[in-house]
Amino acid sequence: MDDWFPLWLSVRVAFGATVIAGGAGIGFAYVLAKGRFRGRGLLEALVTLPIVLPPTVLGYYLLTNLGVNSPVGRAWEGLVGEPLVFTPTAAVIAASVSALPFVVRTARAAIEGVDGRLEAAARVAGHPEWRVAALVTLPVAARGLTAGVALGFARALGDFGATVMVAGNIPGRTQTMPIAVYDAVQAGDGSTARTGSLLLVGVAVVVLLAVTQLSARER
Amino acid sequence: MTTAVAVDATITTGPFTVEARFEAGPGITALFGPSGAGKSVTLAAIAGLLRPAAGWVAIDGEVVADTTRAVHVPTQQRRLGMVFQHAALLTHRSPLDNVGLAVRSGPSASRRQEARRWLDRVHAGHLAASRTATLSGGEQQRVALARALAGGPRLLLLDEPFSALDQPTRRNLRHLVRDLVDEQELAALVVTHDLADITAFADHVVLYEPGRTLGTHAVRRGHADDVAALLGLAP
Repeated sequence: MDDWFPLWLSVRVAFGATVIAGGAGIGFAYVLAKGRFRGRGLLEALVTLPIVLPPTVLGYYLLTNLGVNSPVGRAWEGLVGEPLVFTPTAAVIAASVSALPFVVRTARAAIEGVDGRLEAAARVAGHPEWRVAALVTLPVAARGLTAGVALGFARALGDFGATVMVAGNIPGRTQTMPIAVYDAVQAGDGSTARTGSLLLVGVAVVVLLAVTQLSARER
Repeated sequence: MTTAVAVDATITTGPFTVEARFEAGPGITALFGPSGAGKSVTLAAIAGLLRPAAGWVAIDGEVVADTTRAVHVPTQQRRLGMVFQHAALLTHRSPLDNVGLAVRSGPSASRRQEARRWLDRVHAGHLAASRTATLSGGEQQRVALARALAGGPRLLLLDEPFSALDQPTRRNLRHLVRDLVDEQELAALVVTHDLADITAFADHVVLYEPGRTLGTHAVRRGHADDVAALLGLAP
């Protein structure tokens, strides 16, 4: 493999997406775990959707909602001066959306697993709910939250369908590693396909091992 | 007796309902009865962690919950101290931090000082910087007791605080709780199903049967036969 751009881009996109999906995902997880409000079921369904939708369908909706004729796309173009779709930023958004449900589901389980008496003790001591979350719930759930974010990173790194729909396949600009593997296979470039695939498998295995470790040490 | 806490409420959680009606003054009042009678649920309602399905709760004469008037003072504002069966300390923070987080006001240096003072008072000063998870059950309960007192509570709630401890540790902690209640002139409710707790340190006992309270009785410390008589166990 002589072109390292796809790997470098994938790593950057995955980090960006991890920050976004991690922050939003832990927020959603907290609200879903603690909140009792109308529409909670619907919210849960919506954030889980990217797991079950075909990635191309997810990408299609992202494309129609972020494209040059969409309100978001126009607002972005007005601000930044170039369209949002078919840019590395679009790849980050696609990867974030794909990664979100993995963060939410894992983080939610971790938050629900926190011993309620720990939170009760903090409330009795006078701490308002946001401090209960900051002092007790989130730190106690930290391992599970980290596991969720790690899963999200792995998912973001491997995203293909949604990314190719909204960011396209522009070599040297939006072509991430999974897309480069696809291209290499199409072009009969076995060496690039093998190296790229091995790299992605390696990262995935390392992340999953770390997740297992994090979940195991929790008890 | 002046009333530290008064309850007349139906409390429901899941399929379980308890009808609790009693008053308690300063000193130690034991809530005694079989497991599952609703004692801990009563404490949770007094603490505001549960809302009664009907009825009211008053602490120090202030109505903190009343379903007919839609009153529900949040737990945070009820100024209580609470100790749970398994201490419920934060294992990612030191014992000193655990206590310090319960000190309600002041700059952090003075909160730490106050926390240290409470740890010393429960004879756990030497544990201040230990790893919380490595403390023994009795040590954890001492820290939990310091935490419960550090906020200057007007009422202390102890939910089976000794049931996970061995006998010698229980005896020591009963003495400690008794001393603290006397010296701070506190009111404490202690959930227990250990008769020895009552004879060793209670001033009053509220008897529970499954699903409701039966009544409140004064007990003389050290008179095991008082409690036996109440329970109909006397010869």
